[in-house]
Formats: sequence, structure tokens, C-alpha cells
Amino acid sequence: MTKAADPGAVTRAEVEDLLYHEAELLDSWRLDDWMTLLTDDCSYYVPPNDKPDADHRFTLFTIADDIVRLRERVIRLKDPNCHAEYPPSHTRRLITNVRITGSDGDTISVSANFAIFRHRRNEPPRQFVGRYRHRLRQTPDGLKIAERRAILDAEELGPMGSVSFLL
Amino acid sequence: MERADIGAPEPHGNGHLNGADSRLVVEDGENLTFQVNRKVFVSPDVLEAEHRAIFDKCWIYVGHASEVKNPGDFRTRPVAGRPVIFCRDRKGEVRALLNSCRHRGAIVCREREGNTRQFYCIYHGWTYNTDGSLKGIPGDDAYPPGWDRQGKGLVPVPRLEHYKDFYFLNFDADAVPLETYLAGAKDYIDLVVDQSPSGRMEIISGVQEYDIKANWKLLVENSVDDYHLVTTHSTWLNYMRNSGVNITPAKGHMLPTKGFGKDLGNGHLTTDNPNYRGRPVARWISVYGEEAKADIDAIRKELVERLGEARAARVADTNRNLCIFPNLVINDGSSVTVRNFFPIGPDHMRVTAWALGPVEETEAQRARRLHAFLTFYGPGGFATPDDVTALELAQQGFAAWREVPWSDLSRGLGNSQEQLATDEGHIRVFWRKWSELMEARP
Repeated sequence: MTKAADPGAVTRAEVEDLLYHEAELLDSWRLDDWMTLLTDDCSYYVPPNDKPDADHRFTLFTIADDIVRLRERVIRLKDPNCHAEYPPSHTRRLITNVRITGSDGDTISVSANFAIFRHRRNEPPRQFVGRYRHRLRQTPDGLKIAERRAILDAEELGPMGSVSFLL
Repeated sequence: MERADIGAPEPHGNGHLNGADSRLVVEDGENLTFQVNRKVFVSPDVLEAEHRAIFDKCWIYVGHASEVKNPGDFRTRPVAGRPVIFCRDRKGEVRALLNSCRHRGAIVCREREGNTRQFYCIYHGWTYNTDGSLKGIPGDDAYPPGWDRQGKGLVPVPRLEHYKDFYFLNFDADAVPLETYLAGAKDYIDLVVDQSPSGRMEIISGVQEYDIKANWKLLVENSVDDYHLVTTHSTWLNYMRNSGVNITPAKGHMLPTKGFGKDLGNGHLTTDNPNYRGRPVARWISVYGEEAKADIDAIRKELVERLGEARAARVADTNRNLCIFPNLVINDGSSVTVRNFFPIGPDHMRVTAWALGPVEETEAQRARRLHAFLTFYGPGGFATPDDVTALELAQQGFAAWREVPWSDLSRGLGNSQEQLATDEGHIRVFWRKWSELMEARP
């Protein structure tokens, strides 16, 4: 650490900037650039629809990636043989209700709502609506994402089908 | 699918789906071809006939005993199109009750799961005990003398039986016993259950429910089809290779090990493959991390002590994708998944998938099992989404079924000795049973 971490100094505007920037990178499939927003121990969770507040160690999630698997997921998503996302879906994510909900050491907790619209040729439009619960960490390189959790509102995935892109 | 679609004119059928000049499954022993007419994937008439000839006649998986551990526990779920309450009554007996009030029909249990002393209809307040018997009727003095009050309990499914805690129902009261029906599939359920020192497996919390815009039978084929693995799942294979797993095809084979497809009788089938992809039960791969090695050695030691070397190797070192006719799949591969699927329309199914594990697992073992599950399986896994895509592309292609009417399932037909898992002999087992039941229907 070259400078003291002070999560109390982070403003909501800075958090919004990060989340909106992340949304742009994900929607434009700039996944290598997106990876630079993550800490090198970042994890990514999508809990099951019927147990949105569960722990991935005891409950079957839809996605529970540590950084190793998250890197592999990005390798897969960039591969034309990732059939579920080739050609890549057109996604558009709207992020609202951004709030800083707590802090712990150099880490802050953030909540936000999301609505992601996904379009693919020959498929009906699909929408993924829910809330983010992220943990952001102050690092010498700026604010980074240490944990991202996308919790879907729907009772079941149902017509959403696969969660083959990054929520 | 709208009901109005049923009865739409069919180009060839005239209702005789399996008549001499419109057979849907055609096996030619002389020329060694096996073909399925794509009408079976698109026709509302065929779907309606399947409901009557297959889903109303076969043993259909409803749930696992571990999902209703305690008296009063219940799960509600659609089974073969019916709303079903799967529960354990206050005396401890497992039940499957039709979730429809005897008065005017409303479902009497709306929650997905829970524990209750009674089921309650919000419409007029009729209540039922957890064994289905009628508990109370508001204002019941208005019913005429002799009115059959006692006969107004929730209707149980005609048959409910289990094999090693896997519960199946049957809407045909005259069906053969479940164990007779399961035939050789029992041995393969045993191989799954033998992972547990006490022989008790449990459904792990967290369910994956997702739709596929494709005919339900395509998922039967896909679940046991090893031919597609190299092409459909190359990104998963890359992930395994990047993680240090050897994915080099065995000499003369498409996959790293030579595996087989097997006919288990009564339309049930399985793959049976020497493992290369790791198994939380006693087959370490680098994905699990070095720290897991000693723990997995200990699991294996327990297996060997309890089952002997040969049986332990059978349990630990093979993976098997088991299909119990018509629509239950138990994949004992990178982890264990139990999944079933029901048609919503000819081109639409709803899949429900669970993870299964030994009740004795430690927290670390359970976490490893769930982590291994998500390497491959499920709507966010590294493989299943590509299966979904493959099936949906097939369904899109079936729009040309009149001009391109036949799907080919002839792989391995010339081999009488053994059928590889990359052949289609085990998939033909499903289709022969399907055809037999569809032809036998009234």
C-alpha cells in the first residue's frame, strides 16, 4: 500500500462512475478491460432464485466463481466456440438506486438495482432484473471490485434460460 | 402452447401417428439405419399423445425423501402437468397429493416449500391435514344429510413408490411396481447411493429451474450423448486442460477414455465411462487444489474398506449419465446432478435440476462438490448453456421438418458386441421404448 485506504472518503458518485463504466465494458464485451476493474481475488456470484441469500458453500448456486474460474469464464466468453454467446448477445444494463451500505477496513459494501435487456437473433428478448451486492476495495490503483453478487428477482430462471453472459 | 393448436391439420398423420405409412421411428436392420421423424418434435398431436401414452403410464420422478425430512415438510411442484404437493405427513409417511381443493379447485398450497400442520384453501376456507384428509369446512351444516364429507380429502396420486429415497408417482393405478419398472437402472442408482457411507444421499439446497425452447426428448438424447462433447463443449475441455486435466483423446477414440452406452431394460439407459474429469468422490483433479488431496484419499479409503477395491473403483472411477425413462436424468459425473424436465409445448420444456450429495459430507467436501458441479452443469456452468443452444438450434431447424423429415441415430448400428458412449445405441433404447408405448396407446 502506498497510501492509506480510507473507504469513508469514497463518494456515491465515484461508486456510480465505477458501476456505469463496468456496465459499458460488459455491454460492449470489452472483457479484458473489464477484468482490470477486479481485484486479483475477486469472486462472482449468482445465487439460485429460490435461495437468494444463501452461502455458495452449502447451496447450489447458478454461478459461484473464484478468480481462477472467473478468468476461465472470460476465456470461454471470448471463444467463438462458446456457442451460447456466439455471436455475443446484445445486452444493455440499466443501473439505479446506487448506495453505499457499509464499510469494513479498506472495503465498502455497495447495493444497486439492475435491469439487463438481452437480445439475440431468432430468440425472444429476455430481461434479467435484480440487485447487485458488491464489495469494493480501495487499492493504490483506485477503487476495484472485490466481490460482485447479482441477485435475480424472478422466482425461477424460467424464460431467462441460461445465464451465459456476465450479469 | 395454446390448446387451440391441438387439432390443427397434420400433413400426414390423420391421427394415425404410427400407421404403416407414417411411422415415426424407423429401424432398418438390413441397411443398418435408425431414423426418427422430426414430426415428433413439432406436433401438438404427438405431444398430446405422449401425455396419455407416456406421462400417464410411466413412473415419473416426483422428489427425494431428503426434501421432506420432517413431519409437515412439503414441496409443491408440477409433475406431468399436475400441481402436486410432495410432503411428509404428521405421522412421517411420504405423500404425493394433488394440489386442488375438492370444493371448487383452487390450489391449497402456494408456497414452494415449507413446514405446515395443514393445507388451507383461501377461496372458501376448506382445510386439509398433511395426509390429505379433510380437516374442516366453514359452515358445513349447509350440506345435505348423507353428503360424503369423509370422502372429500385431497386426492392422492394413484401410486407413489420409492427406490432408495427417489420417489416416483404413477397416474396408472395398474402399473407394475416401481422396482420392476426400474429394471437394470437400479444398479446404477446403487452406484450413486454407494458414495454415502450410510447409503443416504440428500438433495442439496438451491434449485435450478430454466426453460429450453426445444422439445423435451432432445434433452433425453443430449443428456447421454457423448458424441457431441468434443464439439459442443470445447470451451469446457479447454478449461479442464488449462486447469491441468489431461484431455488427450484415447487412442482410436474421440474422448480421453473409452466409455460405453448401455441398455438397462424398459427404456432406461446409461453411459458408463472411465473417469478423466475428476470426481468429488475419490478422484482428485488439479481443479480441486493441492489441499484437497489428503481429504479425497480419505474418502477413497472409506470406500475401499466398505465396498472392497473393485466396487470402490466402480463407484469412484467411472462417471455415468443415467436416463430413467421417460424424463429423469441422474448424471454422476463431475458432481451428481438430478434433473427432470416436462414439456410445456412441442417446442418448449422446463428443466429442474438439483445437486445430490452424501449426507455425511464435511463442509469442505460439500463446498468442493458444489464447486465441481458448476464447472460443467447448470444454466451458469461451462457446458450446459451450450447444450441449451444446441437443442434450440435443432428445434429451429425442425421448422423444415416437412422437407427434411428424418433425424439419424444410426451410429454404432453395425456393432453387435459393444456400443460406445459416442455411438447412439443407448439413445436408440429410448426411442424403441417411446415407439412401443406410442403404438400401444388406445
